[in-house]
Amino acid sequence: MINIILTKHFLRITGYTFLLAISFASISTHFAYAQDDIPTDDEVNEVAKGLYCPVCENTPLDVCPTEACKQWRNVIRTQLAEGKTEEEIKQYFVDYYGDRVLAEPPRTGLNWLIYVLPPALILLGAVWLFKNFQAWTKPKVVESVSIQERSDDSSTDKYISQLEEELKKRN
Amino acid sequence: MSEINQRKSVPLWIQVLIWLFIAALLVLVGSTLSKRQQGRIQTGDKLPDFSVTLFSGYEFEGKSEVSLSDFAGKVVVLNFWASWCKPCEQEAAELEEAWRFYNGEVIFLGMDYVDTEPEARTYLKKFQITYPNGPDLRTSLSQMFRITGVPETYFIDQQGVLYYIKVGPFLSIDEIKSIIEQKLQ
Repeated sequence: MINIILTKHFLRITGYTFLLAISFASISTHFAYAQDDIPTDDEVNEVAKGLYCPVCENTPLDVCPTEACKQWRNVIRTQLAEGKTEEEIKQYFVDYYGDRVLAEPPRTGLNWLIYVLPPALILLGAVWLFKNFQAWTKPKVVESVSIQERSDDSSTDKYISQLEEELKKRN
Repeated sequence: MSEINQRKSVPLWIQVLIWLFIAALLVLVGSTLSKRQQGRIQTGDKLPDFSVTLFSGYEFEGKSEVSLSDFAGKVVVLNFWASWCKPCEQEAAELEEAWRFYNGEVIFLGMDYVDTEPEARTYLKKFQITYPNGPDLRTSLSQMFRITGVPETYFIDQQGVLYYIKVGPFLSIDEIKSIIEQKLQ
């Protein structure tokens, strides 16, 4: 009888141990999923391509091979993992390194000229071209005034009349 | 029958407006260019007062923000560095040694250029640097001095006048001392 009770206890303990093991396994699986939340290189580069490191001028951060840029990309990765948005990350870089890290200057103050002037100039150029093309393609209406009309006109050039008469004579 | 091809002239006020706009644009471009052409601060120039923020743990007498005017009457050694800069490592130990040698008589100020704070702290720890250090926020100070790279060190005398510029790493502590001693005599 005691043996049966002990066996039951043993089975129960084994069962609990098994359940506990499964629980731990599920927890560790959960941690594995959490690790998958680490931003990928593509996600990091998506933010990085909008930034320029002042050390490597004219090289976007996503393709910059220097150590400094590598560090910057790690900062982006960390901040993405913390749940920060692209705008928040860019603002962090602006606060720390200045506006010049941005691929697109902020739309404030005189920076607006960069955005407004080129399209405005292109538009003006297009209007100018359109007007001039119109003038070039439109046939010029030459004053086709008959000789009679001309003679009626008090301001008829005597020289032209004389010339026309001469031409008639020759024909 | 006759048709005269008459061109409408642009109203005077629009013409004036266009010319004013072009003139304003030229002035703007001109002033920006002249600012950029000013070049770097030269030795002999009296420096404008500037302030810098310091890393926590690297404050100066408990202050996390210091100005050049705070150091009036003392020689200031302003060193631009970065953790990603290999030549900076060559002089890091010498700068710290010089700082300890002068024991506050000369102010050493490290400016971390275009760097990330964790890496900067690792660097400072690695070379056991204790003198005031901080990030060059918004790269404003490096732009003011128009540094050409790192490391670069600026020696400022007791009157706030820049008297020596060292481009590249120091070769020895004696080199640092010899530049400082020029103003301590």
